[in-house]
Amino acid sequence: MTIDTDAIRHLSEAQVSVELETEDMTLNIGPQHPSTHGVLRLVARVDGERAYNVQPVIGYMHRGYEKLSEVRTYPQITAIVNRIDWVSGYANEIPFIVAAEKLMGLDVPERAQYIRLILTEMARISSHLIFMASYPLELGAATPLFFALRERERVLDLLEGVTGGRFHPNFNRIGGVKPAYGSGSATRKMIQDLPAGFLSETREAMDQVLDVTDELEALVAGNEIILARTKDVGVLPPEVAAAFGVSGPNLRASGVAFDLRKAEDYLPYHLFEFDVVTGENGDCWDRWWVRLQEIRESAKIIQQAVDGIPSGDLQAKVPKVIKVPKGETYVRAENPKGEMGYYLVSDGGQGPYRLKIRSASFSNISILPWILEGALVPDIIAIMGSLDFVLGDVDR
Amino acid sequence: MEFLIDLFDNFWVSLAGKLLLVATMIPLIGMVIGFAEMKLSAKMQARVGPYFAGGRWGWAQLIADGVKFFQKEDIVPDAADKPVFKSAPILVLVGTVALFVVIPFGPGLIFRDLSVGIFYALAISSLSTIGILMAGWSSANKYSLIGGLRAAGQLIAYELPLVLAVVGSVIMAGTMSMSGIVEAQINAGFPYVIVQFVGFAIFMVAALAELTRIPFDMPIAESELVMGYLTEYSGFRFLFFFLAEFANMFSMSAIAATLFLGGYWLPGIPEDLLSFVGPFILIGKVFLLAFLMIWFRWTFPRFREDQLQGIAWKWLIPLALANIAVTAILKVVL
Repeated sequence: MTIDTDAIRHLSEAQVSVELETEDMTLNIGPQHPSTHGVLRLVARVDGERAYNVQPVIGYMHRGYEKLSEVRTYPQITAIVNRIDWVSGYANEIPFIVAAEKLMGLDVPERAQYIRLILTEMARISSHLIFMASYPLELGAATPLFFALRERERVLDLLEGVTGGRFHPNFNRIGGVKPAYGSGSATRKMIQDLPAGFLSETREAMDQVLDVTDELEALVAGNEIILARTKDVGVLPPEVAAAFGVSGPNLRASGVAFDLRKAEDYLPYHLFEFDVVTGENGDCWDRWWVRLQEIRESAKIIQQAVDGIPSGDLQAKVPKVIKVPKGETYVRAENPKGEMGYYLVSDGGQGPYRLKIRSASFSNISILPWILEGALVPDIIAIMGSLDFVLGDVDR
Repeated sequence: MEFLIDLFDNFWVSLAGKLLLVATMIPLIGMVIGFAEMKLSAKMQARVGPYFAGGRWGWAQLIADGVKFFQKEDIVPDAADKPVFKSAPILVLVGTVALFVVIPFGPGLIFRDLSVGIFYALAISSLSTIGILMAGWSSANKYSLIGGLRAAGQLIAYELPLVLAVVGSVIMAGTMSMSGIVEAQINAGFPYVIVQFVGFAIFMVAALAELTRIPFDMPIAESELVMGYLTEYSGFRFLFFFLAEFANMFSMSAIAATLFLGGYWLPGIPEDLLSFVGPFILIGKVFLLAFLMIWFRWTFPRFREDQLQGIAWKWLIPLALANIAVTAILKVVL
């Protein structure tokens, strides 16, 4: 009788080490997955419930907007950049338009600037309300979704009333905002610029938005399970966040009071009073809380802007065929998702020579491999959701 | 009349009758609870819910859904372990059906009054988790596998508090027979929930985990695992899981109602009437508990897997043990 030494050694080992020998599993999360906000793919090595070496795979949504811009004229490009971060389409137009105006040296009428500012803040509210809706859903609570989306509808209705579009307004023109019905008398333009009753409806809607933030806070912040799931989960220290180029609410949740609305002057934010909200720990909970507070701040900005909106022209004098003088510039803006910038190089033609788009979500998800190292599978979803990215904004 | 009584004295005839009753009751109860869930969740979320099917309030929505599921192609993944994959939903449903055996709907209205009734019920209720584990393992899908294993982990953690929570009532009644426990409550004159509230609460929490409903629905966890162990199921096999979930809700609630809420009995109702109104009283109590479960589901997010284990081992089990000790001491002293 021969003795199977291998088997004996194996048996003795099995008795000695209680730890089971396990094999890691490679888990592909996405590109089709309910919680990846589109077509993000994460390749994770999973040991039980713990994930290591998480690698995001992007590019499924690449639409070549930077290249496409080179063969479009300036007025056509607003329609493209609208579709970068589709949750807040309006806000994407602003930095691009401002960049072109800066090269042309245009003075934009004050009224147009106010309208831009009001609509940008509305886009921020609607984007943050989407986050308020989807984040609890990712944690398993379905109900806040409906309350947040209901309020978002109010804001989108107003946006639609002005621009005619809910997601892709395509409303900005170089030199101002879209004049009503093209040509016409000056009075007609004055009457047509904002729909009748827009200002009073906006005031009312902002009051309701402020109410519903209280409601959402009670519904979500008062829930022990949400707190247990988000507190101290996915902590992002400020220096790491800054090193990875994380911006927007994600950076502010880590305690860095950096807001381009204060730092830059692409829109007249200096006229209004608002706070830059910062978190303390930089965990998922702070990222949720900062966004909730930003909804409140935005609503306050809109209320001030509606009260102080001046009358006047909607458009600066611009030539029929828009040509941007030779030169280059970089304009960045505080978009709902973070810092969005356009590096515009013009050779004096009707379209840009080169347009580099710096989108917020692209830099924000670069943190994923760092922040997801060793996270539990449920926490992957909680952390990913709290970064609030949009795949159109990642891939462009 | 005589003929009918003779007929039902025949073992096989009465067995067939009982089987027929269960076979119609389970889909019916599943549908009623499922429909209640649809409508209640709609109410909680400021929606209308099903509206068109059947003409009024969408009452026929689940019938339409059922018909739809039967028309769907029965897809079995190529890489699946086919016999296991196909039998898993059946096992889950069998576990549910078998639970109905020991639920007393009235005095004598019980399919089989086992002397170890509650023991049998708890044992058989864990059968469906085996089915879930089979489904997760055989689907050849990583999400299903994680879901199935989570279900297994959940079963191990929550079977214990479930059993321990019941012991208090069993000590008080002095019997494990389900109808015996109801009779003990009738004799005592109060439902056990009054003195066994801790046991009742632990039982409900553990039952939620056993049913894998929010806040303990990690085996399905839509936002994490797509659909967990259900990911690869479609057509009538999916329907089986779906029905089993709602029927299981019914039977778990029925066990809780029997053990803690007095079963088919309400204080103040004369005992000779119980044969007639008993089933309705029990079903009313069951719907009350099912409403609680639906309410939780649409209000809470889900826990994380490690938090779930923590709740079971660090809170529920010590609490249940303390409850048993106190009950036993009081039983001896009083």
